[in-house]
Amino acid sequence: MEQPVISLRGAGASLGGRPVLRGVDLAVHGGEVVALLGANGSGKSTAVRSIVGQVPLTGGELELFGTPQRRFRDWARVGYVPQRTTAAGGVPATVREVVSSGRLARTRFGMMRRADKEAVIRALELVGMADRLGDPVDALSGGQHQRVLIARALAGEPELLIMDEPMAGVDLASQEVLADALRAQVARGATVLLVLHELGPLEPLIDRAVVLRDGCVVHDGPPPEAVGQHALPGHDHVHPHAGPAAEPIRTGLLT
Amino acid sequence: MDILDLAFMQRALLAALLVGVTAPAIGTYLVQRRQALMGDGLGHVALTGVGLGFLLNASPVWMATAVCIAGAVVMELIRWYGRTRGDIALAMLFYGGMAGGVMLMNLSDSGSSANLSSYLFGSIATVSEEDLVAICVLAAFVILTTVGLRRQLFAICQDEEFARVTGLPVRMLNLLVAVTAAVTVTVAMRVVGLLLVSALMVIPVAASQQIARSFKATFALAVGIGVTVTLSGTATSYYADVPSGATIVLIAIGLFGLLTALATPLAKRRAGKAAAAAECTLDAPGERTTADDVKV
Repeated sequence: MEQPVISLRGAGASLGGRPVLRGVDLAVHGGEVVALLGANGSGKSTAVRSIVGQVPLTGGELELFGTPQRRFRDWARVGYVPQRTTAAGGVPATVREVVSSGRLARTRFGMMRRADKEAVIRALELVGMADRLGDPVDALSGGQHQRVLIARALAGEPELLIMDEPMAGVDLASQEVLADALRAQVARGATVLLVLHELGPLEPLIDRAVVLRDGCVVHDGPPPEAVGQHALPGHDHVHPHAGPAAEPIRTGLLT
Repeated sequence: MDILDLAFMQRALLAALLVGVTAPAIGTYLVQRRQALMGDGLGHVALTGVGLGFLLNASPVWMATAVCIAGAVVMELIRWYGRTRGDIALAMLFYGGMAGGVMLMNLSDSGSSANLSSYLFGSIATVSEEDLVAICVLAAFVILTTVGLRRQLFAICQDEEFARVTGLPVRMLNLLVAVTAAVTVTVAMRVVGLLLVSALMVIPVAASQQIARSFKATFALAVGIGVTVTLSGTATSYYADVPSGATIVLIAIGLFGLLTALATPLAKRRAGKAAAAAECTLDAPGERTTADDVKV
């Protein structure tokens, strides 16, 4: 079998002295779309943040494109969409400026050539925001802002796309646009790992779901069927979550 | 014009011009990453360098540069490692720097309280040729960094986590921002004084933000405002015989107020234009509303 794009073996990580990942195994192969699911506090965000080197592993092994992550330098191959932070920078910035920073890894010394500028426009077209190029990002809605952050990751034309809760706080129209954008990425052969709270409109795209509970993998296989009211179209996931120690996963995905 | 015939005023105006460019240039990045008052802290630290310069009979500008850069590096290290007691450590650094400077000045033979106050509040008319050379060299470094690396610096100040995953050397760039801020402090020291340095890094940027919509425009307008206030402030201080630093800062605050007053009608006009471009229309009767617009 070919080399996995992401290979996490027996990974452990802790935040503030509390173990958050306890021996997580996760392999993502080229061209796969893998969803990482789980309740709040299950460690799914920590897992992707450790994959992109933002949380140090306390144990286990991690390889990206067959290279141990510590020695991995080819970050231009990875597109990352962090959780949307509410705090923007202290100075206004336009949609074009923010998305252009996603192209930096592909440029030499930060010089934006014509091809780079075109890639920025293409990325914005993919998420349906090309008409907002010159608008300041703080004038956007939550869903539009998320689309801009995804365009920023796409601007580098990555082979591997890692997204942390791309659908959180995103309106239905934006969710559909994002599903289309993701479909286009998959069609051109990109590998995708995304943290999701629930499958939603992305469900048909997902090859495999990995469910975490208390820092352990409890399911690795086909995406679980949504049941009950979670299966209804447009179901909005708004009910409050219990602590990490409570009940199985409250997404209703496994029941 | 007589002001341009005097050698000391020529030096003063050139120094003022360089400060007007460099302080808002690095200030834009500091404001973007919400470290607007970093310049103030570095100004305190620089005073120890000035004191050392007097004590050792070395150039106060170069000594201040060295000490200020060291202070900036320590500040970055505190930001990396000492999260819990970071603010206390910074307070020790700032006030230690200020107290150390006063003490060293007092110990030296040439350091008088007149000298001390000229460094604290600026004394542009006493800029020597030697000072000016130092200011030019340091300003060139600041301009090269802030303009040449603008995309990289924008990325790390806008979203540090994303910048790290892009593979940018974020720690090195953060250190560079801190060092550049330190260098700017010593560039501006003679013109506005160590206690008012931070004002020129923050106020032009704050004023510019009132009407600019992009980072690029904010940067350019802040530098424009910086140059306007330093040159007009220097000229005013010559004709009216008032201290240069205070004059420059007060003019900057006045300009901030003016632009803030202008910003509201401007924003309304922009909103009006946008509304006119996207007029709301009712769907034609019988037309189906798309599912996207209605959540069921």
